[in-house]
Amino acid sequence: MTTKFTPDHEYIRVEGTTGIVGITPYAQEALGDIVFVELPAVGKVLKKGTEAAVVESVKAASEIYAPVAGTVTEVNEALTGEPGLINSDPEAAGWIYKIAIADAAELDGLLDDAGYADLTK
Amino acid sequence: MAETTAEDLKTTPLFERHTAAGGRMVPFGGYSLPVQYPCGIMTEHKWTREQAGLFDVSHMGPSFLVLNNPSGNADADHAAISAIIEPLISGDIAGLKPGQVRYTLLLNETGGVIDDLMVARSPKDAGTLYVVVNAGTKEGDFARIASAAGDRATLKRADDGALLALQGPEAVGVLASLIPGVVELGFMQHGSYEFEGETIIVARAGYTGEDGFELLCPAPFATKLWDALLADPRVKPIGLGARDSLRLEAGLPLYGHDLDETVSPIEADLGFAVSKRRREAADFPGASRILAERENGPSRKRVGLIVEGAPAREGAEILDEAGTVVGVVTSGGFAPSLGKAIAMGFVPPSLAVAGTKLQVSVRGRQQSAEVVATPFVPHRYFRKATSS
Repeated sequence: MTTKFTPDHEYIRVEGTTGIVGITPYAQEALGDIVFVELPAVGKVLKKGTEAAVVESVKAASEIYAPVAGTVTEVNEALTGEPGLINSDPEAAGWIYKIAIADAAELDGLLDDAGYADLTK
Repeated sequence: MAETTAEDLKTTPLFERHTAAGGRMVPFGGYSLPVQYPCGIMTEHKWTREQAGLFDVSHMGPSFLVLNNPSGNADADHAAISAIIEPLISGDIAGLKPGQVRYTLLLNETGGVIDDLMVARSPKDAGTLYVVVNAGTKEGDFARIASAAGDRATLKRADDGALLALQGPEAVGVLASLIPGVVELGFMQHGSYEFEGETIIVARAGYTGEDGFELLCPAPFATKLWDALLADPRVKPIGLGARDSLRLEAGLPLYGHDLDETVSPIEADLGFAVSKRRREAADFPGASRILAERENGPSRKRVGLIVEGAPAREGAEILDEAGTVVGVVTSGGFAPSLGKAIAMGFVPPSLAVAGTKLQVSVRGRQQSAEVVATPFVPHRYFRKATSS
């Protein structure tokens, strides 16, 4: 199981051919209190870099982009009632959606732990 | 996440206090100010509604308009200073009692709002008004007022001082523990008080819907007053983010968003700010438009909306049930006290009635919205039972 990162602060945790996508602790901290999450539709086909979800803090809306191409297989319905899960536990309970990865080679273009740590230090 | 350089931003006398407390600094009205502290906007917002929030509003424009040649007769001098500012604004200033504060509007010749401001009659100095204008408009406002004054009066800027706002149900208890005299003030009254050898101008007013105070003090004393207030466990520092969500819930318009030079007081639902005496005299800028709108109704009206789903922000289109665009959101967001999205915007008067079902367009999707009476959260101003 590996986790990769985009320069826009999304993470994708790879489990076999599925990726679990959310935003990093750094991103949730920067956004502040999250009050609304617009989830993608299950079955939606995403291209790498296209808008997949929207996370809204008290102050502003932020788009969440697809780290890789694929099809949305599941969304985190818990965020509908409790969007603050992204603040309290961004990497586990605050995941946003799961994606069936279309082309695993695209993962190679993303940042690894060290690369992302460099970006945000 | 955009980074902004702080090069040409002004700082307030409390800048170091904000950064030391972990405030996230952002540019606002030409100043570097905290949008939030580490506990976050939601916590800050709720704390202000339940306890007392302390805000640095030093970016705003406090000033004094002082008659150059006072006669010594208090009423005559007040009449003279009022006669200088009234031709610019909608409010009855001549009718203010000593110490009384009034919310009023600076108007252009077509009845549009140049700024909303507070004008107060000094409680003791005859021929002196205390005037507080908005940060973004203050240079223009000050120039306009100074020009109207000519050689009759002098506008003394006080925006080099510090302006603090203490807001919330515990504000009076907190402030009275330092300055006992403030308990004598009712909502929209002000006075000057001594605290540790300094003179502080205190107005029982604010822009959160809560009981509270605005305090003007000299810059070198600002950190001392800030620290003294924060030493009380009922007080937390609050940033611009919660200031905005609090005023939105209170249904209060924000200049540059809900108000601008095209909007009339009647359209903005601020008819109360056009005082009766001024209406009867029709002696304010744009009187013909404003009085006609008051008589026949305006073509658009500011309303409050409860929005289902994602927050509708400034610029979002408002649609009727059939999907026709009927207006635009001028400020909107999430209401922490209500746990849902709210907005203010302008719609035709026929759709401005509470209960009207509308829609808002958020990221191209239509969401249900309903017109509701404002404030969204009831005001809790401290009104005296009897006037003295």
